[in-house]
Amino acid sequence: MTAQPPLIDISGLRVGFRGRSGAMLPVLHEVDLAVRRGESVGIVGESGSGKSTLALAAMGYLRHGLARLDGVARFDGQDMFALAQPELARIRGGKLGLIPQNSGQALTPTQRIGAQIAESLRLHCDHDPASHRDRACDLLAQVRLPDPDTILRRYPHELSGGQQQRVAIAMALAGEPEALLLDEPTTGLDVTTQAHILALLRGLARERDMAMVYVSHDLGVIAQVCDRVHVLYAGETVLAGPARAVLTTPAHPYASALLAAIPGLGDRALPRALEGRPPTPDMARTGCAFAPRCGLATDDCRAAAPPMASTPDGQRARCLYPDKVAPPAASQGDRPATAADGPPLLTTQALSVRYDSPGLLARLRGRPRAPATVAGIDLALRRGETLGLVGESGSGKSTILRAIAGLLPPAGGQIGLADGTDLATAAERRRPETLRRIQMIFQNPDESLNPRQTVGDILAQPLRLYFGLRGQPCRDRAADLLETVRLGAHYLDRLPGQLSGGEKQRVAVARAFAAGPEAVLCDEITSALDVSVQAAVLELLNDLKARHGTGFVFVSHDLTVVRALSDRVAVLYQGRICEAGPTDAVFAPPHHPYTDVLLGAVLAPDPDHAPRLLAEDAAELSPPARGCPFQRRCPVKCGTICETDTPPARETADGHVIRCHIPLADLRGRETGQTAS
Amino acid sequence: MSGAAISVRARAGGVLRDMLARPSGAIGLFLVTFHLALAILSPWVVPYDYKAMDATGTLAGPSAAHWLGTDHLGRDVLTRVMLGGREALLITGIATPVALVWGGLAGVWLGLRGGWPDEVAMRLVDAFLALPGILPLLVLITVFGTGGEVLLPTLAFFFGIPVIRVARAAAHEVVARDFISAARARGHRPLDIVRREILPNVTDTLLVEGAMRWSWMLLGFSALSFLGFGVSPPRPDWGLMVSDARVYMSLAPLGVIAPVVALSTLIIGINLTADALAKTLGLDRARKAVI
Repeated sequence: MTAQPPLIDISGLRVGFRGRSGAMLPVLHEVDLAVRRGESVGIVGESGSGKSTLALAAMGYLRHGLARLDGVARFDGQDMFALAQPELARIRGGKLGLIPQNSGQALTPTQRIGAQIAESLRLHCDHDPASHRDRACDLLAQVRLPDPDTILRRYPHELSGGQQQRVAIAMALAGEPEALLLDEPTTGLDVTTQAHILALLRGLARERDMAMVYVSHDLGVIAQVCDRVHVLYAGETVLAGPARAVLTTPAHPYASALLAAIPGLGDRALPRALEGRPPTPDMARTGCAFAPRCGLATDDCRAAAPPMASTPDGQRARCLYPDKVAPPAASQGDRPATAADGPPLLTTQALSVRYDSPGLLARLRGRPRAPATVAGIDLALRRGETLGLVGESGSGKSTILRAIAGLLPPAGGQIGLADGTDLATAAERRRPETLRRIQMIFQNPDESLNPRQTVGDILAQPLRLYFGLRGQPCRDRAADLLETVRLGAHYLDRLPGQLSGGEKQRVAVARAFAAGPEAVLCDEITSALDVSVQAAVLELLNDLKARHGTGFVFVSHDLTVVRALSDRVAVLYQGRICEAGPTDAVFAPPHHPYTDVLLGAVLAPDPDHAPRLLAEDAAELSPPARGCPFQRRCPVKCGTICETDTPPARETADGHVIRCHIPLADLRGRETGQTAS
Repeated sequence: MSGAAISVRARAGGVLRDMLARPSGAIGLFLVTFHLALAILSPWVVPYDYKAMDATGTLAGPSAAHWLGTDHLGRDVLTRVMLGGREALLITGIATPVALVWGGLAGVWLGLRGGWPDEVAMRLVDAFLALPGILPLLVLITVFGTGGEVLLPTLAFFFGIPVIRVARAAAHEVVARDFISAARARGHRPLDIVRREILPNVTDTLLVEGAMRWSWMLLGFSALSFLGFGVSPPRPDWGLMVSDARVYMSLAPLGVIAPVVALSTLIIGINLTADALAKTLGLDRARKAVI
C-alpha cells in the first residue's frame, strides 16, 4: 500500500478566470487530490464550489475562459497540462474515462448506440474491426443491459435515462480505463435507477481495480461508492479523509452543517438550514472562507487562513478547532403534526388527463383508446395542510398540478374549491378571483422568473393584476413580501441573474404569496437547489403554512423531503395513486409494493446503510398498463389478476389507503419477514 | 420603475462600450455615424448647388474646382454624392422601425398564439418570401406611383414580412419557458403577456434583425431609384446617379464610382454594426465573465 504512486495526482492546483475588471479571479485555491488504483474518491460541495473543475482538470481539461495559474495534474506520471494534443486524445476516453452528468445529451441523437460504441472502440482499441460488434455486446452485458443486440440497434431517445447512463458507462469502459471521472452521473435519475447504477459502478470498480473520482453534491451517493471524501468549499479543500469518518464525525463545521441539512427518513422533521452563502471568486479573502457562516468562528479564524490540521481518525481539516465540531444534529426535533380538519379547500375527483389525441383514422377504425396518462386521481387538501405527491419521473405528478392550475385541460373528472367553484377549465376561462386563490411555484426559478424583469417588477405582476396596486403602494407591498421570505427591500431593483438559486426560489415563493392564495401548488421546487438551500426553503414553506393557514400541494421525487414537510402523502405510479394517507402511516408498514421499492432505494449519508434493490430496473412502457399500473415491475406480482383487474382500495384504521390485490395482512407480514431475514 | 429605467440605460451604455471594443463595431459605428452626420449637415457644407449646370464643363475629370469632376450636365459630382443619401436615409430610416414594429408584433403574437392562425400566416409569409423581393415593390409602385408617400409604406410592408419569421422564432423560445406558464396560470391577458413577458426577451434579436433589414432596405431603395422608380430627377440620389452616369462610364468613371463607394460604405457600416451588436448581445454574453 506504500510504494505504489497515485494514479491521479493533482497538487497545488490553482485555476482562475479573468473577470470583467481585468483581475484574475481564482476558482480553485491550491487544491491537492491523489487517487490510487482501485480507490474511489468523492468530491463533494455546493454548486459553484469548483468540484467539476477539479475533476476535469485531472484530464488536463479546463472549461472555456478558465486558465491554470499554478500546480500540476499528473495521470500515471504524465503531466496532463504539458502533453501534446495527440497524446491527450489517446489518454482521454482511453485509460482515463469520463462519465458526464446528462448522458442523454452526451450521446449523439442521430446515431445508433452500436455505431457510437464502435467509435470508442475504434479510437481506443487495436482490436480488428470485425470483432467490434461482439465486443460492444460484451460491454453492454457488463453494464447489465438486457438484450444487447436490440440495444445496439436503438437510437438514444429510445432508451430510458438509466439505460442511457449505462450506455455512457459502457462507452467509457470501451477504452479499458484505469481510472474513471464521474461528474454527477446519477443526478436527475430516479431513486431506484440511481441505486442500480451505483451498485453497477461499485461492482465494476472492484472487478477492474479502477480508480474513480466521483463528483456529487449528494452525500448519500458518496457514502455508497467512495472510500475517501474531499469536501470543497469556495474552491478550497476544507476537509479530506476516509468516507466513514467524514460522514459520521466530520472535523469541519461546513461538512457537519451539510450533513445536518439532509432530510432523513427516520423522523418527521425539517432539516437544519445553513444560513448565508459562499463567497464569490471576486471577494477578497482573509482568514477562513467559511468563517462568516460558522458558529465556531473566532477572531483567529478571520485573521488568517487556518492550515490543514490532522485528526486521530485520519481526517485533514482546514479548521482551527476540529475537535469542537459538533456531530451533525440530524434535525430540529420532531415537527408537530398540523391539526388540519374542516372541509377540504381543494378537491379532485376521478381526475384524468390525456396527452394523446387519436387521429381520425384510428377513430374511424374504432380502435379502443389507450388508458389515460393520469386517471382516477382523488385528492383533498385542507386548510393549513401540506399534501405530498411523490413518485418517479413519468408518474404524472406535475401533470396533476398543471391540470389544477388550469394549464392543461383535464380529460375527465372534477376539480373544485371549497365553495363549489369548478376548476375543470383552462386558466383563460377562470375568473380572476378564482385564479388568485390558487398559485403555482415552478421547479426551476431560472425558468419561472423573467430574466429581464427586476424583482420589483416580478412581484408587481400579481399585485397589479389582482389588487390593482400601482406605483409606491405596489412597491411597498412588494418590499413587505420580500421581508416575509427573508429577503430585504434592497432586492427590489435586482435582476434574477444577480441572485443565487435559493434567493430566486424565494422570490418565486413571494410572487405566489403576493396573491394571498388559499392553495399553493409546488412543483419540485427544491430539486434544483443545493441541500443547504433546500433546507432553508422547506423551513420557509412550513413557516408560511403556519402563519397564513395556506394549503400546499408539494410534488417531489424525493421521499425524504416529502416525509419532512408533508402532513399527508399520495404515492403515484404511472398516473395512478398506489397509496395515500397520513405521512406517518404511509411511511410505516404496511406499504404498497411500489412504496416499498421506493423506500428501499433511498440513500442515506451513512456508509453502513445499503439500499435494498427489489424491483428490476426496467424502463416503464407507455401507455400505462390496464389492471394494476405497477404489474410490470412488481416484485410480488400475484398473477393474472394484476393484469386484468384494477386493484381494490384497502383502507387501514388510520385512513391509510393501499391499492393492491395483496391483502393488507400479507403486505405487513411480507415486510416483517424481510426485516427479520 | 426608476430602478428598471436606470438598469436599462446602464445596459445600453455597456453594450455600446462592448461594441466599440471590437474592431467591427468601431468601424461600423464610425461609418454609420459619418453617413448620418453627412446627411444632416450636407446642405450647409456642399460646395455647389446640386442643380447648377455648366454646359462648358460636362463630364470633366477631377480638378481643384470639382474634386470628383462633373456629370453629363456639368453638375458637381461631390455635391451630388454628399446630398445623394438624404432621401434614402430619411425614407428607410422611418420605414425600418415601422417594418420592425409591425413584423415584430405580428411574429410575437403568432408565436404565442400558435394553432391555425400561426399556420395560415406562416404559409403566407413563405409565399411572399418565395417571390424575388423587387417584384411586388415594382407592381405597387407602378399602380400607385413613386414618391415618398407611396415608397415609405410599401417598403415598410414588404420588409416587415421577413421580420415576422425571425420574431416568431425568437418568441417560440420564450413561450416554452415557465415564466410564461406562470403568467398564464395567474390569468394575465395575452396582450399583457406579450408586452411584459415576451417583448423584453426578444428585443435583442429584433434590434439585430432591424439593423440587417435597414441595410437590405437601403439596397432595395437604391435599386428602385436605379430603375427609375425611386427619387425623381433632378434631386440627387446614389441609385439614380449610377443609372445616369453608367452610360458615360468610360469618359468619367468617377460619376459611377463615387456614389457606389458612398452606398457601399454605408451598407458595410450597417452590416458591421449589426454583426457587432449581435455578438455583444448574444454570442458573447454567454462567454463573458459573470463578475
